Amino acid sequence: MRQFLLFGSVVLVGLLFISRLFYLQIYSFDGQNLFEDNAIKPVYDYPKRGFVYDRNGELLVSNQPSYDVMVIPRDVKEFDIEEFCNLLKVDTSYYSKRLKRAKIYSPRLPSVFLSHVSKEDYAVLQEKMRKFEGFYIQKRSLRLYQRSIGANVLGDIGEVNQRTLKKEPYYKMGDLKGKQGVEASYEKTLRGVKGIKFIQKDRFNRNIGPYKEGKFDTLPQQGKDIHITIDADLQEYGELLMQNKRGGVIAIEPSSGEILAMVAAPTYDPNLLVGRERSKNFTKLYYDTISKPLFNRSLKGEYEPGSPFKLMNALIGLQEGVLTPEERVTCYAGYKYGNRFMKCHCYRGRRNNMISGIQESCNAYFATAYRKILDKNGNASEGVNTWSKHAKSFGLGAYLNNDLFVGAKGRIPNRNYYKHLYPKTFYSTYTISNAIGQGEVSTTPIQLANMAAAIANRGYYFTPHIIKSVEDDTIPKRFTERKYTTIDKEHFEPVIEGMFQVYKRGTAKSLQVKDIDICGKTGTVENFAIIDSIRTQLTDHSIFVAFAPKDNPKIALAVFVENGYWGSRFAGKVASLMIEKHIKGYTTRKDLEDWLLRHTLEDEYAKPYSGEPFRINGQTRFQLVDEQEYKRLRKHLRRIEKEN
Amino acid sequence: MLRENNRHFKFDWITIILFLLIVAFGYLNILSASHSSEIINYFDISEPYGKQLVFILLTFVIIILLLGIDAKFYERFSSVIFIVSMVSLVGLFLFGKNVNGATSWYAIGGMTLQPSEFAKAATALAVAKYISDLNTDINRLKDQLRIFAIIVTPALLVLLQNDTGSTIVYGAFFFVLYREGLPKYYLIIGISMLIIAIGALKLGPIITSIFAGVLIIAYRLKNKKKITILQSIFLIILSVGLSFGIKFFYEYVLKPHQQDRISLWLRLEKDPVKLEQMKKTFAYNLNESEKAIGSGGFTGKGFMEGTRTTGKFVPEQHTDYIFSTVGEEWGFLGCTLVVILFVLLLLRILHLAELQKSQFSRIYGYGVASIIFIHFFINIGMVMGLIPTIGIPLPMFSYGGSGLWAFTILIFIFIKLDSNRINEW
Repeated sequence: MRQFLLFGSVVLVGLLFISRLFYLQIYSFDGQNLFEDNAIKPVYDYPKRGFVYDRNGELLVSNQPSYDVMVIPRDVKEFDIEEFCNLLKVDTSYYSKRLKRAKIYSPRLPSVFLSHVSKEDYAVLQEKMRKFEGFYIQKRSLRLYQRSIGANVLGDIGEVNQRTLKKEPYYKMGDLKGKQGVEASYEKTLRGVKGIKFIQKDRFNRNIGPYKEGKFDTLPQQGKDIHITIDADLQEYGELLMQNKRGGVIAIEPSSGEILAMVAAPTYDPNLLVGRERSKNFTKLYYDTISKPLFNRSLKGEYEPGSPFKLMNALIGLQEGVLTPEERVTCYAGYKYGNRFMKCHCYRGRRNNMISGIQESCNAYFATAYRKILDKNGNASEGVNTWSKHAKSFGLGAYLNNDLFVGAKGRIPNRNYYKHLYPKTFYSTYTISNAIGQGEVSTTPIQLANMAAAIANRGYYFTPHIIKSVEDDTIPKRFTERKYTTIDKEHFEPVIEGMFQVYKRGTAKSLQVKDIDICGKTGTVENFAIIDSIRTQLTDHSIFVAFAPKDNPKIALAVFVENGYWGSRFAGKVASLMIEKHIKGYTTRKDLEDWLLRHTLEDEYAKPYSGEPFRINGQTRFQLVDEQEYKRLRKHLRRIEKEN
Repeated sequence: MLRENNRHFKFDWITIILFLLIVAFGYLNILSASHSSEIINYFDISEPYGKQLVFILLTFVIIILLLGIDAKFYERFSSVIFIVSMVSLVGLFLFGKNVNGATSWYAIGGMTLQPSEFAKAATALAVAKYISDLNTDINRLKDQLRIFAIIVTPALLVLLQNDTGSTIVYGAFFFVLYREGLPKYYLIIGISMLIIAIGALKLGPIITSIFAGVLIIAYRLKNKKKITILQSIFLIILSVGLSFGIKFFYEYVLKPHQQDRISLWLRLEKDPVKLEQMKKTFAYNLNESEKAIGSGGFTGKGFMEGTRTTGKFVPEQHTDYIFSTVGEEWGFLGCTLVVILFVLLLLRILHLAELQKSQFSRIYGYGVASIIFIHFFINIGMVMGLIPTIGIPLPMFSYGGSGLWAFTILIFIFIKLDSNRINEW
């Protein structure tokens, strides 16, 4: 038996080795991945990022070179540090600090020593750089915003974060990616596809040539240029009018769904988020939690729509056959239901039909209309669902499925929404506030603008979108097909007539523009804030929706000015001016223009934070901007006028 | 049988073919691991693969010479060969060339020779000769000591030249002695000591002592006739002494780099920061070699296509770490093939050894198998992280002229002896 010791050992060791090999090569094998292989180094070739043009072909966003001074600490030789620092405009303590940090990161790999050297400095540096061994200049590409407008539209690019790196393997550490706006929603179109070269390395990390003669290498694909639907001039004009106010303006071309202007106030210069100051500026904007400049109010601001929503109730009433345009409702300076009362600013005993009801924005008329809609079949639960379905067909209460990077759903309630609040009985009076666009209804400015566009088109809309064209590519079909509402075409005429009368003799008659038939609707929305855990009413929001001209509409828009009080006070003025500007290309209502530039709402916004008791609405006074600010705004306006 | 009638078939062709397959596959991997440019000049002797090809060609000369010599020569002159070999080892202290801290080479012209490689074959001959002597009784302590002396002499000499790996190889002769009748308690004591040593390091000497004590007492209670109380107490004292002694030896006698190797092998180090540090320093080779093998997967990346091999990530890859090239480029299939080739070769040699009528041939055959087995076990085990790092080559496979020739001599003397087994002496 003695001979079996070695015999057995040989067989055992053979089996042991094979099982170890199985463990190493099959069980723990994670595939041959060129990116995981530390003997292969992928080197990326970045394509040019696409340019962005406005609807008229004006260049809005291009690229600019930026120069970073890089250092490889191991290669740094002795030289005149003072001269070097003077050239770079840094002090010697910065020099030693950065060099130390680079050394800690890696003595052999390059680190950024000074980022974003200006073009002028680069020219000087370039000639002298060879004197400073271990340092070299690396070129990078940054965005250049040609005009200081549309920060919320265009967005910005920044380095990818850890989450993106994990989720999207395309991006590598240090890559740039669109973070907001068009840069984010058209990221893939604009960025192109970077090329990759695989380099074989040895264990000292030296390159020893291309891996397999470049068999796996790819060429970069250039980013595509895009045209967006924004009219840069209208956008700039809107931003100017909205200065010193908060809110949003969305203007849409009804015949195409193209967004002509998208103003979010307050805004900022998009060039603030480029280059060396980016992170500092971003932090500043990000932590401004009071005016929230990064919050896109025209897309994400959910507000109760107020009176413009009465248009919707009128349309539903007509469609459901519970109203006729001629039917009159008596206003008792309000509307009494049960033992409660909803006030109205009509005089007592006024008998409104639909047109004058819209024109005067009569609460009593629309409360009656709303109740008739809900109680049509004697069942308010069924009625509210029908009502909700009609409203949703205008794109309210849902994301619009568009190409904007952010958005909000808003809310159009149905019976299901109320099931916890009213589990058993449900009467039309319970939700009567919805009649006048308050209560549980909420919309975003872009949804309201889209509603206006659907009314302007007499029954259909195009999904509002921002892409006009992509270099040798078509835009998605969902932006070019009509979306029909559930309201028949003929029911729009009385409502549009009512909106026309709002301008002719109703709540917006002071805002008429010569030669343009504007249809509009004012809105004044109560709003509340929680201050020291007490629900406190603030000055009403000023809202306006409009389209023009009445026949063959060119523009539909929604304007929202926070705490602007009644609809025609701020929002209506902005709307009228933007309509005139878009249709005529110039403005004649200089009085409105001047009024808007002169007035600010900053004191309104400061009130809730002042810690002192304050007055609202009728008890407030207008606040004027100081002379210097006024001059600045005038100058800006003159420049805009001159350019056109 | 065929070979009795035809003189061309009198050699064991299975062994020869296995030998040639191993050499050839080894050469392909050396070529892949050592070429540094795209253009390969096969006979460029400034490159390891060029030299290896020359070594292989010279091997055939050696084979013809070995097979041409009369089989009786090897037995008759085994003492002389052994003495010459020992002298060549001693001569290293005077004329040796120092490479990587070991004084194991003679420099002759542009070539280097490593006598310790040849000493293994010489020792195998001497051991076979001494045990097969009619006057020798392996159960007699005096003869045991003499045999040990034959084995320990070359082992000590190479140890003094700082070649620890080759010293361990002489442990292979234990298999030979055991086969030839060395008392069983050597095996039991050897295995017990190994278990106690590993236990003392891994679990600590106290737990190991308790385990050993309980086992010995249990044995005593069950088999009262086989072991006296005094003997069992002696055994307990011995194992306690050994487990503490090993711990002491590990802590205070071993050099730090040896400690590190053992601590890595037994996974004694738990601190991840220190483990990372180890991977960058002394365990760098092992780590890179395991990664290279693992990256090969089932079929490997293909001949000359290994990225880690091309990037020379595994140092010493064409010598001791050649198996990692097989792993990367030929994958699980190639590695398994290598293991199977070696296992078949070893089993074939053992089988032939058992067939020998002369005791000398049988003992020598056993020596050949044992020596190759130890190399095979230690080298591949080390490259795959199964045993601590010990630098010895993979027989016939790793780069190196002395090694290749020494193993050729070792094997072909046996083939010659085997071919002669029908012609009685």
